[in-house]
Amino acid sequence: MDQLATFWIILTGALASASCALLGTYLVLRKMSLIGDAISHSVLAGIAMAYWLSGSRSILPMFIGASSFGVIAALLIESLNKKWRIYEDASIGIVFTALFAFGVLLISNFAGQIDLDQECVLYGEIAYTPWDLLAFKGVNLGPRAVWLLGFVLLLDVLMVVLFYKELMLASFDPAMAVSLGISSTAIHYILMTAVSMTTVAAFESVGAILVVAMLIVPGATAYLLTDRLKVMLVLSVAVGVASAVIGYYLAGLWDSSIAGAMTITAGGLFALAFLLSPKYGILGKSLHQFKLGIRYAADHMLLTLSREAESQTIPVRSRRQLLALSNATAIQARFALMQNVRAGFIGRANGDLTLTDAGKRAAISLLQGHRLWETFLNEKVGLPSDHIHEAANRMEHFLDERLKHDIIEEIGGRRKDPHGKDIPETGDEASR
Amino acid sequence: MKIEKANDIPLEIHDMTIAYHKKPVLWDVDLIVPEGKLVGIVGPNGAGKSTLIKAVMGLIPKASGWIKVYGKPYEEMRSWVGYVPQRESVDWDFPINVREVVLMGLYGKIGWVKRPDKAHVRIAEESLERVDMQAFAKRQISQLSGGQQQRVFLARALAQDSQIYLMDEPFSGVDAATEKAIIQLLGELRSRGKTVLVVHHDLQTIPNYFDWVIMLNMRIVATGPVSQVFTNENLHRTYGGKLTILSEAAEAVSRT
Amino acid sequence: MADQIARFFSFQDANVRYVLFGSVILSAAAAVLGSFAVLRKRSLLGDALAHAALPGVCVAFMLTGTKSILPLLIGATVSGVLGVLMIQAVTASGKIKSDAAIGIVLSVFFGAGIVLLTHIQKQPLGNQSGLDKFLFGQAAAMLPKDLLVMGMISFFLLVVILLLFKEFRLLTFDPDFFATLGFPVAFLDLLLMALIVLAVMAGLQAVGVILMAAMLITPAVAAKFWTNRLSAMIAVAGIIGAVAGFFGTFLSSLAPRIPTGPVMVLSATFFLILSALLAPQKGVVAKWRLHMRNKRRMAQEHFLRGWLEISKQNSGHDRVEVGELATHLRLSRQAIEKAGRRLMRQGLVSIQPPCFALTEVGRQKATRLIKTHRLWEYYLIHRAQIDPDHVHRDADEVEHILPPHVISELEKIVETEGVGSGKFASAHPT
Repeated sequence: MDQLATFWIILTGALASASCALLGTYLVLRKMSLIGDAISHSVLAGIAMAYWLSGSRSILPMFIGASSFGVIAALLIESLNKKWRIYEDASIGIVFTALFAFGVLLISNFAGQIDLDQECVLYGEIAYTPWDLLAFKGVNLGPRAVWLLGFVLLLDVLMVVLFYKELMLASFDPAMAVSLGISSTAIHYILMTAVSMTTVAAFESVGAILVVAMLIVPGATAYLLTDRLKVMLVLSVAVGVASAVIGYYLAGLWDSSIAGAMTITAGGLFALAFLLSPKYGILGKSLHQFKLGIRYAADHMLLTLSREAESQTIPVRSRRQLLALSNATAIQARFALMQNVRAGFIGRANGDLTLTDAGKRAAISLLQGHRLWETFLNEKVGLPSDHIHEAANRMEHFLDERLKHDIIEEIGGRRKDPHGKDIPETGDEASR
Repeated sequence: MKIEKANDIPLEIHDMTIAYHKKPVLWDVDLIVPEGKLVGIVGPNGAGKSTLIKAVMGLIPKASGWIKVYGKPYEEMRSWVGYVPQRESVDWDFPINVREVVLMGLYGKIGWVKRPDKAHVRIAEESLERVDMQAFAKRQISQLSGGQQQRVFLARALAQDSQIYLMDEPFSGVDAATEKAIIQLLGELRSRGKTVLVVHHDLQTIPNYFDWVIMLNMRIVATGPVSQVFTNENLHRTYGGKLTILSEAAEAVSRT
Repeated sequence: MADQIARFFSFQDANVRYVLFGSVILSAAAAVLGSFAVLRKRSLLGDALAHAALPGVCVAFMLTGTKSILPLLIGATVSGVLGVLMIQAVTASGKIKSDAAIGIVLSVFFGAGIVLLTHIQKQPLGNQSGLDKFLFGQAAAMLPKDLLVMGMISFFLLVVILLLFKEFRLLTFDPDFFATLGFPVAFLDLLLMALIVLAVMAGLQAVGVILMAAMLITPAVAAKFWTNRLSAMIAVAGIIGAVAGFFGTFLSSLAPRIPTGPVMVLSATFFLILSALLAPQKGVVAKWRLHMRNKRRMAQEHFLRGWLEISKQNSGHDRVEVGELATHLRLSRQAIEKAGRRLMRQGLVSIQPPCFALTEVGRQKATRLIKTHRLWEYYLIHRAQIDPDHVHRDADEVEHILPPHVISELEKIVETEGVGSGKFASAHPT
C-alpha cells in the first residue's frame, strides 16, 4: 500500500472520528449516549432504503433520505416514551432494533441490487476509499469519502460555533434556556439532525461500530479529564483523531478490521484516562491518597517540632530522628520533610533541623485550626469533649483562613478550647 | 416475634456518622427513643432525616457508630421493625395489585419459595381494612390516588405486625381524608404500645400529631418530648441556616 | 414457494423441527427474563451484554477450534459478564453516568469482537468458522445437540423464575423494603442478572448479538399493555417471544439469504404495535372508544338539559326545534339530530320533525341533570370560590362524572346552607 493511499485512509478515519467525537460530547453531557447509538443504527435502514429506491449512490438523495431516518428514530423514541408511556430505555431499544432489523432485511434481500453487504454495514469499506475517487471535469480531486466527511465536519463545527451558547444552556440549564426564549426542543432536534447526518456520512466509510464508538467514547474520555466545555470539545476531537491514527497501525499489526482497531484504541484511551484520573481512577486515587498522606505527615511534623519547642524537651538533632518520629510510612515521611524544607518551614541551624519562623507560624495556624474546630464541635454542634479530638485531628488540615475566621465569629471569639488550652492567634484574623 | 428482646429501649443510636462519597451528611448522632411514643423527625431539606432511618435499617452504610433495637443489633431484630418508604421510591406503573403489595409485608414470615396461604391473605385483607382500602384489593396500583398509594404502603407495614415502625414522609402529598386516617392509625399503634418514628415536613402539625420529636440538621439539634424540646430557640438552631460552617467543612473533606 | 411452506409445516424435516423448537424456547425464555430487565429499567444492559459477548465467542473459537456450542457459550458468558462488571466499575466512579458506561462497553467490546472476527476470517480455516452467524443470527446453523443444551438452559431459567417468582418481583418493585425483611438483596440481584446473562447467551445464535436486545425488550413491553399482573405479563411475553421466534425461523427457511434475527425482531415489533393499538383498556383503540363513548354521553346529557332549559324559557312548550337546540348548545344540526336519534332509541326522546319532545322518562332524567349541574355550579362559586363567569364551563365537564355519593354530599351542603331544597336558581340567566 503506497503512502498516499495510507494517508487517505487515515484521513477518512480521522475526519469521521472527529465529527462524531465533536457531536458526541454533547450526547454524553446530556445523558443521551444511547440515543446516539440508536440513531446510528437507525440510519442504516435509511441508507438501505435510499439505495433501494434511488438505485444509485448519488449523494444528495441518499444523504437526505438516510439522515431523515435518524431523526425519525429520535421522534419515535420520544413518542413511544411520551404517548405510549413506555420506559425511556425500553423505547430506545425497541426503536433502534426494529429499524436496524429492517435495514438488514433490505440489504440481505436485495443484495444484488444494493452495493452493500452486511459486514460492510458493520465496519465499512474504509480500505477502499482511496480508490473511490471524485472526479470533476476530468480532474482527480481525491477520494469521495474525504470530501464528504470533510464537508460534514465543517458543517458540524459551524453548528457548534453558531449555537454554542444555546447548546450549552439547553444542556446544563434547560429552565434558563426556556426563560431566554431558547427552545430546548429545537436545540434537541438540531442536534439529532446533525448526529444523523454525520453518522450517514461516516457509515459508508467506517461502518456502524466505529460511528457508535466515536459518538460516545471520546466524549466520555474528555469528560473525565476536564470540567470546561470548550476544553472538553477539543479533547474529545483529539481523542477521536488519535484513535483513528493509532488504530490504523494496530489493524495492520493484527491483520484485521481497521474500524474495529480504531474502536479498541478509543477504548484504550478511555481506560487510560479512567485509571489515571485522580478522582475516579484506581491508580489516580492511590496516587492521590499517597500525596494526602504526605501532607498529613508534613503538618504533623511541624506540630511535633513546635510542641517540643514549647515544652523545651531535647530538640531534634538529626534527620533520622525527625523521620523516626513520624507515624507515616518511610517514603511519605521523606517527602514530607522535603515539602517542609521547600516551603521554608524547616531549616538547618548548627547541624540540627528546626522550625524556621515561617514554620512556627504554620504550626501555630494548624494548632489554632485544631482547637477552633474542637470548640466549634463542642459548643455549636453539641458534641461531648471526649468525641472531638479525633475529629479535629482530621479537620485541622483543611481549615483555610476564611473558614477559621467564620468559626471565630461563630464561637464569639473565645480564647480557650474545651480542654482549657489557649487557642493561639496567628495575627491574620485582625486583617479581616 | 421469634427473637427475644434484651431491654426495653426500642431504638438506641450511639455516635453514628454517615458519609456519602466521603462527604459527611450526619455527624455523631447519639439518641435514645423511649417506648410507646409517636416521634416526629424534622429538619430542613437535605438535613439527613431519610438518611437517619435508612441507616438504622442498614440500607445505607455507616462510617462509625452502632444501633441497637431493644438492646440487640438491628440485623437480629428485623422482624420487630416495620418500614414505610417514601412514595416516590417505587414505580407505581408496576404490574401488581394492591393486595399483592400488602402481602409483601409477610414475605419475611412466609419465607423462600413458598406462596402465601389463606391465613396470610386474611392478614393482608385485615390490614387493608384498617386503612379503609379493602375495596381496592384487586386494583392495579397505578390507578390509585396519592393518598390511596400511601395507605397501601401503610397496610403493608401493618401486615408486618412490628413493634417499631419507621415511616418516611407518610403525610406528604396526601388528601385530608388520608391524613386523618393516618393520624388515627398512629394513635391506634401507640395505644397498643408500639413506637413510631415519622419523618415529617410540616412543622405546624408537630405538636398536634407527635409527643416526641427529633430535630436534626446534619447533626442532632435536640430530641425529647415535644412540649419541652419543640421551642423557638431549637427551631432557630435547626432551620437557622448557621450550618454553613459544617457544610463548608464537609465540602473541604470531600474535596480531598 | 407454496410447496416450501407445505414442506415446512409438515414438520417432516427433523432439522426444521429441532431448529423451530430451539428458537421458540429461546425466544420465550429471553422474553420472560426480559420482563424483569425492562421493569428494572435495565433494558439496555441486555443490549450491552449481547454486544460484549462477541469477543468471548471469538476467543473461545480461537482456543478450542470447534464450533460446538458449549465452549462458545462459555466464552460468550465470560466476556459478557466482564463487560457488565466494567459497566458497574465505570459507573461506580460517579462521574461517568450509566448510559455512557453502557455505550462505551457495548461499542468497545463489540469492536474488539470484530477485530478478532476479521482476524479469524483471514486465517486459512477461518472462513468455515461460522462465527459471523453470531452477528445477525442464523437459527438454521444450530446443531441438534447444541439445541438440547440450549433447551435445557431455557428450561432451567424458567424453573428458577417460577420458584423465586415472588422474591424477584419484590426485588424489582421495592428493593429497599425487600432488604429490610432480611432477604439477601444483593445476592438475588446478582442471581437475576446471571439468569438474564444466560438467557441472552442462549439466544445469541438465533438472533445475533446486535439484535438480541430486542428479544428481551420488545415482547415484554408488548405484554405490559395487556395485563396488570406480573405473572400474566411474563406469560404473555413468553408467548409473543415464542411466536416471533417461530416466524423468524419459518420465514428465513423460505429465503436462506435472510438471517433469522431481523425477522424475529420485526415480528416482535409487529406484535408490539398490535398490542399498543388493540389491547383492552391500555390500547389506543380502546382509549379512543372510551373517549368517544364519553363524548356521546356528554352530548346526550347536554341535549336533555338544553331541551328542558329552552322549554322553560318558552313557557313550558313540549316541543323544541332542532335549530333552537343547535344554537343553545352551540352544536351543528347534524350533531343534535344524531344525539336525538340515540336518545330516541333509549326511549328518552320522541321525534316530531322538525322538533324533538321529551318522554316522561326523558323529562325526569333532564330534571335530574339540571339539578346536578346547579349543585356543582353552586359548589364551585360558593365553596371553591370560582368566578361565576367561569363556572358554566367547568360545571359542564365535571358534572357528568360525579358519582352518586358526591351528589348527595353536595345536596347536603346546599340544604344546610339554606338555599332551599331541590330546585334553585341557576347562576346564569339561561
